[in-house]
Amino acid sequence: MYPADFAYYRASSVQDAGRLMNEHPGAKFLAGGHSLIPLLKLRLAVPPALIDIGRIVDLSGVTVANGRLRIGALTPHAEVAASSDVATHAAALADAAGQIGDPAVRNRGTVGGNIAHADPASDLPAVLCALDASIGIVGASGDRTVPASEFFLGMMTTALGEDEIVTHVEIAAGQQHGSAYAKFPHPASRYAVIGVAAVIAADGDACRSAAVAVGGLVPAPVRASNVEQAVSGEALTDASFAKAAQRVGEDLGDEILGDLFASVEYRRAMAPVYVARSLSAAAARARK
Amino acid sequence: MATRLFGSGIRRREDPRLITGSATYTDDLTLPGMVHAAMLRSPHAHATVGTIDISRAQASPGVLAVYTGKDTSDGLQPMPCAWLVPDADLKVATYPCIATDTVRYVGDIVAVVVAEDPYQAYDALDLIDVEYTALPAVTNPAEAAGDGAPQVHADVDKNQAFHWAVSGGDVDAAFKDAEVVVKERIIQQRLIPNAMEPRAALAEYDQASGDLTLWNTTQNPHILRFLNSVVTGVPEDRARIIAPEVGGGFGSKIPAYPGEFITVFCAKQLGRPVKWNETRSENYQATTHGRDHVQEIELAAKKDGTITGLRCTVWAGMGAYLSTAAPGIPTILHGLMLPACYGIPAIKEDVYGVYTNTTPVEAYRGAGRPEATFMVERMVDRLAGEIGMDPADVRKKNLIPAFDDGHDTVTGLTYDSGDYPTALDKLLSHADYARLRAEQATARKSGRYIGLGLSTYVEMCGLGPSQVAGAIGFQGGLWESAIVRVHPTGKVHVFIGTSPHGQGEETTFAQIVADEIGVGADDVKVIHGDTDTTPMGWGTYGSRTTAVGGAALAKAARKVRDKAKVIAAHLLEAAVEDMEFADGKYSVKGSPDKAKSLAEVALMANVAWNMPANVEAGLEASTFYDPPNFTFPFGAHLAVVEVDKATGQVDLKRYVAIDDCGPQINPVIVEGQVHGGVVQGIGQALWEQAVYDDSGQLVTGSMLDYALPRAGRLPEIEVLSTVTPSPHHPLGVKGIGEAGTIASTVAVYNAVMDALGPLGVETIDMPFTPERVWRAIQQATKGH
Repeated sequence: MYPADFAYYRASSVQDAGRLMNEHPGAKFLAGGHSLIPLLKLRLAVPPALIDIGRIVDLSGVTVANGRLRIGALTPHAEVAASSDVATHAAALADAAGQIGDPAVRNRGTVGGNIAHADPASDLPAVLCALDASIGIVGASGDRTVPASEFFLGMMTTALGEDEIVTHVEIAAGQQHGSAYAKFPHPASRYAVIGVAAVIAADGDACRSAAVAVGGLVPAPVRASNVEQAVSGEALTDASFAKAAQRVGEDLGDEILGDLFASVEYRRAMAPVYVARSLSAAAARARK
Repeated sequence: MATRLFGSGIRRREDPRLITGSATYTDDLTLPGMVHAAMLRSPHAHATVGTIDISRAQASPGVLAVYTGKDTSDGLQPMPCAWLVPDADLKVATYPCIATDTVRYVGDIVAVVVAEDPYQAYDALDLIDVEYTALPAVTNPAEAAGDGAPQVHADVDKNQAFHWAVSGGDVDAAFKDAEVVVKERIIQQRLIPNAMEPRAALAEYDQASGDLTLWNTTQNPHILRFLNSVVTGVPEDRARIIAPEVGGGFGSKIPAYPGEFITVFCAKQLGRPVKWNETRSENYQATTHGRDHVQEIELAAKKDGTITGLRCTVWAGMGAYLSTAAPGIPTILHGLMLPACYGIPAIKEDVYGVYTNTTPVEAYRGAGRPEATFMVERMVDRLAGEIGMDPADVRKKNLIPAFDDGHDTVTGLTYDSGDYPTALDKLLSHADYARLRAEQATARKSGRYIGLGLSTYVEMCGLGPSQVAGAIGFQGGLWESAIVRVHPTGKVHVFIGTSPHGQGEETTFAQIVADEIGVGADDVKVIHGDTDTTPMGWGTYGSRTTAVGGAALAKAARKVRDKAKVIAAHLLEAAVEDMEFADGKYSVKGSPDKAKSLAEVALMANVAWNMPANVEAGLEASTFYDPPNFTFPFGAHLAVVEVDKATGQVDLKRYVAIDDCGPQINPVIVEGQVHGGVVQGIGQALWEQAVYDDSGQLVTGSMLDYALPRAGRLPEIEVLSTVTPSPHHPLGVKGIGEAGTIASTVAVYNAVMDALGPLGVETIDMPFTPERVWRAIQQATKGH
């Protein structure tokens, strides 16, 4: 690849990264590079400098402490997919991480880079919204935590400030629920044409509560509150999931994305199918 | 008894270097003083070119030179077309290496920059200002052939590059008397070949001696040497073309391209080695594409399923210019195969080659034959549906019975040998077709849509007799050559004119020689891909390397064996007539301990201290082999799919391939060739499509949008075979490189349509994207 000329700096810590960003206006943070490098290759991004945060040691890894599952921003997708802690406390996240791109992408791409880039076809944003994750951020003005539902603002747009870095995501651990992610992958890019994350808390054979978030076909993930209400209190059956899933059209809003592979109309028609499938898979786990 | 290596699945000797990364591709080469070229390509599909301001690029750091079409028009002649199909009103439009006044596709070259490093070269491309005036573009071949379409070349009326027709038998009578006629319009969508290695060139020119060395990603270095002399003016004796490791071609590295000749031009001008390595984006835009047919077909038959005639019209997109071999592909390699394995008695086809504002179209694995097989095999299934007969039974009814020495077709071919019914029977019994049909019926009752798709095929390989090449307008020969040279220690060098680039002939050709002269496979090194060291040959494509080059090699090895027998007889003081070659030794008949090994003979032949009278020193032979006919491999394939009615997604559940390529030199390599071929064909059915928008922009310009097959989407491919030797090949072999691709696209297509049959869906354009399938289901079931 022949990108335009850029300077390269390697940050030794989060603080160092912030300092470098202030010194080099317009620079880009580089983590796994799987979103940024394709843009550099096509010269669609021409930053004057890259600030490599990929070797900041304390930003990687999965831990469970104080009732919270914590995933460092530099944790590669493959590690998330293989983590027994993630499978136990946030199965939908393990599902999604294991379906990102291909093995090479999963070995290099990072959770923090993925959500900071906020590609609408990305898998993790919808999952984090459904799981009510919070996103840890650090910047010149200090640390803060933002709920996933307030982090993803639109297409490639997040609540991150220019000099801020995602440090981790956190999800409540030990919850009595089942979660799952159902994905319709694009056959070439493997990005989500539609991705639906569902979380179900079961009460016997009935649904006590549900959280459903939809991504891929919308600029930023949306919580399907109409579906959530429709499925709550109902029996955990495919018939009730299919019925509730029909409500997703009311949740998606007016801006549906379409492309050469899958039109707006088709994606709209497929959304209930994948909502139902994610509910069904989540329910199977909730019953266990 | 010495172990016969022919037929043994020994490991490919190519693999260790390929797997460990030590293989040397063109881009791995670095020469002292080497500089780098980058091509400025047109962003417009069709535009006139005004002034080109190169001043800022020239002043850019590291830049040595910037050349436009005006600078190269004397030094680079237009690109030649080398397959001038006769009786076709062929119009070869001028194809300049660098466009001067008009650009005709997105990717047409308008300038080249040479700089000290490639980054500087690419930076400078951004600084060239070209004044374009956009013109209307046309990308669909059927539309381009219509009235009022934009003219790609001012001197080619209606964009018609050629009109070729083939006919045989009384097709009018066949349709007049037909009890059943089925019709279909099929789009063979445009495909991008996607070799793992993009194209590259490295040119070193000695201004003092006039010697050129060109390393290039080519499937046929000897042809390139000839074409290079035409375009760059470097005489053949001064040019050495080397195809180092070449990372796949699939036909896209048969043609010569402007890129390598521009690289030569720059090296001549600057007196420094120049490397050019295309990016993957350039590869998508400017390395040749495949297929791109619009086909209208009618099949005539009797109600009992007997096929009586086939009539069709094809509009074949050729792209903006005629690539090296392009005109022969949708014509000779396509239309002549329409009688298929059924010996259809009446054929009429009109093929219109059409210029469009797109990347030139060339051979792509199968090259014309997949498009022909698809037409016939699709229509067979349509006929089966029309008369309510199982598709397997329609095929059984029509297959040519087994023959071992020639079957003439109405299109003028003579199939060498075949046993099509046995291949189909073996397929049906291995797959347990009856049980699959029963399972399909059961699944339908529970709302699941399983489909079975068959494809029985015969293909034309081993191109071919040179006299025929001349008659069909191929501007070259199609023989092959080989030299077998035995060194004093009995080790062997083999030099061949073909140019393998992934097919494994370094292994299989060693196996051939080992058996023929009595050495181990490890004692034989196969050398190819260098015009200064290998004998003239026409290259690797069209499943011809083993079918033609392997025959040349077997004959050369047999000459060595004959000479070794004479020398051994002399050393053993026996008469030559009393000698035999058995168990890898040259022995006196009836006295197996009176024997010489090849190494013993080779030592004497090379030192020549004690040679028979009138026998020359050395142990070496060469052969130029011109085959008497093509070879005709065949087979029968089955695909099993399930279609998700809710989403339109197709799941390929099972794939069974029976292929007959004659005796197999190395069954593991055959299996690999079938796997690769089948998967590329499946790619066309399910995923792959090059899409241009109305303005001629390539929308599927990267692997993010162009969907290649992935291992995870494929079942285990079951590979079986039958063995029907070619009667005219010294080893009986036929070729296997393209078989899988020729058969598999339509097998999968038929399977999907079979699955959707109960819903009333009759046709869907490829590839079967979920949305297309879903829409077809919605359309067919509307109101139900």
